[in-house]
Amino acid sequence: MTKYIIQRLLAALPVLFGILFVTFALARLLPGDPCVAMLGEKANEVTCAAFNARYGLDEPIVNQFVIYMGDVLTGDLGTSFRYGQPVTRMVSERLAVTIELAFSAMIFAVSVGMTLGIISARRHNSATDVFTMIGANFGVSIPVFVLGLFLAYVFAILLKDTPFALPPSGRLSAGMAVTSFTDKFNLTEGDPLYRVAQFFTNLYFVNAIINLDGELFVDSAKHMILPAIALGTIPMAIIARMTRSSLLEVLGQDYTRTARAKGLGERTVLLRHALRNAMLPVITIIGLSLGFLLSGAVLTETIFGFSGMGRALYDGITSSDYAVIQGFTLVVAGIFLLINLVVDILYGFLDPRIRLS
Amino acid sequence: MTTQESPISPVKPAAIDFSPRRKSRGFWSEALRDLFTRRRSGQVGLIIVLSMIAVALLAPTLATHPPNMVLIGKEEGVKRRQSPCIYAVDNLPSLPVVDFFRCEPGQPEHYFGTDGNARDLYSRVLFGAQVSLKAGIYTVTLAILVGMVLGAVAGYVGSFTDNALMRILDVVLAFPSLILAIAINSALLTVAEDSIFSRGLGVMQRTLGFEDIGLLTALISIAIVSIPTYARLVRSQVLSLKEQEFVTAARSIGAKDNRILFRAILPNAMAPLIVAATLGIATAILDTAALSFLGLGAQPPTAEWGAMIGAERNQMFTPPHLIIFPALAIVVTVLGFNLLGDGLRDSLDPRMKNR
Repeated sequence: MTKYIIQRLLAALPVLFGILFVTFALARLLPGDPCVAMLGEKANEVTCAAFNARYGLDEPIVNQFVIYMGDVLTGDLGTSFRYGQPVTRMVSERLAVTIELAFSAMIFAVSVGMTLGIISARRHNSATDVFTMIGANFGVSIPVFVLGLFLAYVFAILLKDTPFALPPSGRLSAGMAVTSFTDKFNLTEGDPLYRVAQFFTNLYFVNAIINLDGELFVDSAKHMILPAIALGTIPMAIIARMTRSSLLEVLGQDYTRTARAKGLGERTVLLRHALRNAMLPVITIIGLSLGFLLSGAVLTETIFGFSGMGRALYDGITSSDYAVIQGFTLVVAGIFLLINLVVDILYGFLDPRIRLS
Repeated sequence: MTTQESPISPVKPAAIDFSPRRKSRGFWSEALRDLFTRRRSGQVGLIIVLSMIAVALLAPTLATHPPNMVLIGKEEGVKRRQSPCIYAVDNLPSLPVVDFFRCEPGQPEHYFGTDGNARDLYSRVLFGAQVSLKAGIYTVTLAILVGMVLGAVAGYVGSFTDNALMRILDVVLAFPSLILAIAINSALLTVAEDSIFSRGLGVMQRTLGFEDIGLLTALISIAIVSIPTYARLVRSQVLSLKEQEFVTAARSIGAKDNRILFRAILPNAMAPLIVAATLGIATAILDTAALSFLGLGAQPPTAEWGAMIGAERNQMFTPPHLIIFPALAIVVTVLGFNLLGDGLRDSLDPRMKNR
């Protein structure tokens, strides 16, 4: 198993290098001269030469790449000219938003998707099954932004003034206070734990639990329901279909029949024997869906007014804030790579054939 | 096939009839037959896709107005964001669906109402079918052409070439697709302004009939992002097919590598590729709409469904028709391609026979 994990880690290294190269190249290709973007009206030949020398932009391109890699490895992602903030700070604030959103969407997708898939497989060809699969087909065909707008319309407009009303935008209601961990533990900007504290402050669910703030928890949960459903519906539908087809295949296998023949209850057969073996393809799909969630986060964050990674990246691209683009693309791709690595390792853990081949 | 077989009875060896009981059909006609006769959802998908193609082709005839014409000052009583109005429903009984289309006194007839620029929404949605289908089909064609060559070369040549190509594609896959597409799209738009690429883009613009440069770069970037999927698919097919006996046979009669690859291997790898392409069109339409919704793909005044929703998304809460009709168009089209793709997959998979 250790050997397998090391193999996977080594295989990820060239991809990581490739990601660094792509983010570097993208920032060089993206709209706008960094000097003009940064200095604005003050940009002329003299100031630009000084600017380029300061940021190493007059070096040969290979050296620039080496400098960039060195910066990234030491945790320096540059400075956003638009906000005048270090990109690492923006990441620590906004990554929490996206992670919370993606995580909520995933919980929705996995719990609902797998339940529907199991029910469909158990009652194969029944009305429930047919209905669920028609629903799943619609689920994969609805764009995130259409579903988001639709949910906002139904729950914020049509159901307004009913107990089912849910807020259509923002992460918290006006006037909600959040306890900041940086203040709580008296951390200052230079402290190595400062960014970490900032990150956890913005994970409202974790924040509410640590501070035992019930009001904050309920309020942020209310704001999270619609975005999570909007973002999680496509993965939910895919997971439901995958669970169903995978489970149906396993239920037709000899060992399932053996399990039934030796008199095990239907529940035990389904949950202990069949579901375990049907999980492999479902886990792959869950891993792949996380990439989709990070993509879809751009749309969901736009619609529901969250200031997360996706939104920041979109703003960065439209305002040619190239340190932000570079930094955020890198972080997003890094997270995605990490998730895929975890899925790979999990896969090897669940299926001995894979790690031994 | 199962019921027609006669019960087993002893036969004299001489009486065995070696002529095929029925004319054997080819793989493709067998698959199509299966799709037409047994795959209910595949048929629904096919009908939806064919009707959407018909709508796209007939858009100029079916449309009541030019899609980009601002009607203020050209038509009596027209307003911005006017709700749907069909004269024919006047005599129908009061139902929520019917009332939605009921006209106010003096309101000009617009089946789906008018948009924020007082353009006829019905005509725009119809012309949107042209835009989306074109975008979906071109994107997938482009991605498949490149992906097929890369995958075939990687799988057939193997060793270092295979490794190098696959690692490069891994890097593309390491980015969440829409985010990478957004970034590539912005890069392409700069490139489009001043460089040798701008001529290439200009040629593509003319040959593909795209006036909207934003839409063109959007579909190129979506195509680039989806290349690895097709390349991996073709590679895995080639890897398993090249060990088959008919390939050895072709080699033994002296066929050259490119003949073996293009005449023997690739035609046999077509079935899964066609399924992937059909499902890929659905994804491409969704992604194009998403980019346009964000304002990065189709630019005004192009009648693109995603862009139409994006332009009016803040008006959702007053006249919902501006969102409802383009949204329905996207969902139905994407659903059609998804159903057709699933049906084709079942029909083309020999293991799914009789299921």
